[in-house]
Amino acid sequence: MARIWNHGERERAARLERARAAGLAKVVESSRIADLLGAIVSPGDRICVEGNNQKHADFLSLALSRLDPAAIHGLHVVQSNLALASHLDLFERGIAKRLDFCYSGDQGVRMARLVKEGRIEIGAIHTYLELYSRYFVDLTPRVSFVAAQSADREGNLYTGPNTEDTPAVVEATAFKNGIVVAQVDELVDRVPRVDVPADWVSFVVKAPRPHYIEPIFTRDPANITEIQVLMAMMVVKGLYAPYEVARLNHGIGFDTAAIELILPTYGESLGLKGRICRYMTVNPCPTLIPAIESGWVESIHCAGSELGMEAYTAARPDVFFDGPDGTMRSNRVFCQLAGHYADLFIGSTLQIDPEGNSSTATASRIAGFGGAPNFGSESRGRRHASVPWLKAGRESARPGGATMPRGRKLVVQMVETFREKMQPAFVERLDAWRLMEEFNLDLPPVMVYGDDVTHLVTEEGIAHLHKCATLAEREQAVRGVAGYTPVGLARDRAAVENLRDRGIVQRPSDLGVDPREATRDLLAARSIKDLVRWSGGLYDPPKRFRNW
Amino acid sequence: MEHLTFEFGPFPDRPRPAASVIVGVVGSGNLEALCESVPLGGKLRVEVSSSVRGFASTWEAVLGDFADRVRMPDLRVTINDAGATPAVVGLRLAQAAAELGVA
Repeated sequence: MARIWNHGERERAARLERARAAGLAKVVESSRIADLLGAIVSPGDRICVEGNNQKHADFLSLALSRLDPAAIHGLHVVQSNLALASHLDLFERGIAKRLDFCYSGDQGVRMARLVKEGRIEIGAIHTYLELYSRYFVDLTPRVSFVAAQSADREGNLYTGPNTEDTPAVVEATAFKNGIVVAQVDELVDRVPRVDVPADWVSFVVKAPRPHYIEPIFTRDPANITEIQVLMAMMVVKGLYAPYEVARLNHGIGFDTAAIELILPTYGESLGLKGRICRYMTVNPCPTLIPAIESGWVESIHCAGSELGMEAYTAARPDVFFDGPDGTMRSNRVFCQLAGHYADLFIGSTLQIDPEGNSSTATASRIAGFGGAPNFGSESRGRRHASVPWLKAGRESARPGGATMPRGRKLVVQMVETFREKMQPAFVERLDAWRLMEEFNLDLPPVMVYGDDVTHLVTEEGIAHLHKCATLAEREQAVRGVAGYTPVGLARDRAAVENLRDRGIVQRPSDLGVDPREATRDLLAARSIKDLVRWSGGLYDPPKRFRNW
Repeated sequence: MEHLTFEFGPFPDRPRPAASVIVGVVGSGNLEALCESVPLGGKLRVEVSSSVRGFASTWEAVLGDFADRVRMPDLRVTINDAGATPAVVGLRLAQAAAELGVA
């Protein structure tokens, strides 16, 4: 008997036929969402409910969580972010069982409980690129639920500036006999631009409310401290200037916001404009506005958008990647790739151990990774050269080591020695180890490995970890900038002074950074209102950031 | 409130600051430090009033490094602390040292 080669296609056709038999066309009324789900979802399906770190298919997620577990159960959820209560209701109610994901954010504590109760089986915690890659290998979704701004009657989708993960999710599903359901904010005669073509989309539902978007990249300059200004000065003068870092990726915390806000002041005074921070891969963080307006940043590719930045990004098409319709398109996969091949990544973390490993995992919650492990790792597939890459490569070479010259990516971790409530950021053993034991993970969930980190920046100084010849030396360099934490106080003072003589540990004074200059006056914008002013009124901050 | 006093030195004679120096502000997570020249037999004395208890050994480590750096005889430093981290304490003291001309 001839072998059948299109099981997936037949299965897909059968489900679409069930929907048709239930009287559902391509555009489905929101009141009939339960009928649609009943027709197209089967027990054991692998599904993705688009949950990025910003945009959420919240209406579809809620509808899924209300299915009858007697009819639909054993689902395998493969999605980057679990941020909504309904994402976990799916497990709590026994509709879904297995989970492969990247990041859990606010739901981390509840997820930890559900794992302990045996209601969630975790496959693995991934980075964004890792999970999207597996969509095209062994974790292809059977049904995907995505969010878009608008759709036409044919099913063409316009995502708006928050394109984010939609292209990756839809492509994997639609081209492997899967079913794509889109929730949209509005149905229109003609979409402004086609972000997803209609023939990749099976069903469109106009949701009763616009999909949820979280403004997670907005940092109010009013909350930036003088310590953060001091650390930012060290980064600009001690790293960006000597390495001539033109192409980079910034994390999203207050530490990097401080760097962005002192470029037009401190950076300008050092004569660095046009030499550093010219090309960035980062979300449109509002704190970038002064640096963009004063001509520092020439180009930015974004993983997602940011609430309130829509009109600003649309009005700066030379800087952002805007479509022919005039609005920005983002794409997390391409932005992650672009950042991976940039010259420098700088980001904050919660814990660092004496080997320089860093982790945002704490014992009570499962937080996950997001994009930092890809941004913050050596890009060993890179072959093109640049000044910073060659310099870091030369500095990493060891006498008696391999003879082949190599470049190296700069990976910078920036952290104050103590967090709030006097929690030390430096620890002898990461909480990640405890998390591994408690949740039966194969490895401790490490965000950035110590041997990928080239520089550690604290208020105590800069440690050039890549210049350390041995693990013992690296440990003293880490302790040398760990200040008055127990890890810092346990340093070998003579060894650290020796590292300082060799320029491996640099204090602010060694860098010519004057602590008296480290005041908030150095910030080009000191409030959200200042940012609005810099943008010429184009930036429209969400209400919670307005106090005027 | 916790009141702590630390003494370092004595340190060898050297030119004293002409005027007293004050840095920082009293506000949550911050501190204020006043540095004055007073006769202390060549010693450097730090008097801390802190809103947070139980960090005497951390204060001693931070202030010991400060004293080592400035080595200023007959200096009284009065600190009003409102829960500053060692990072903030260090920054304020570095600012004070710079004002004293011993950075």
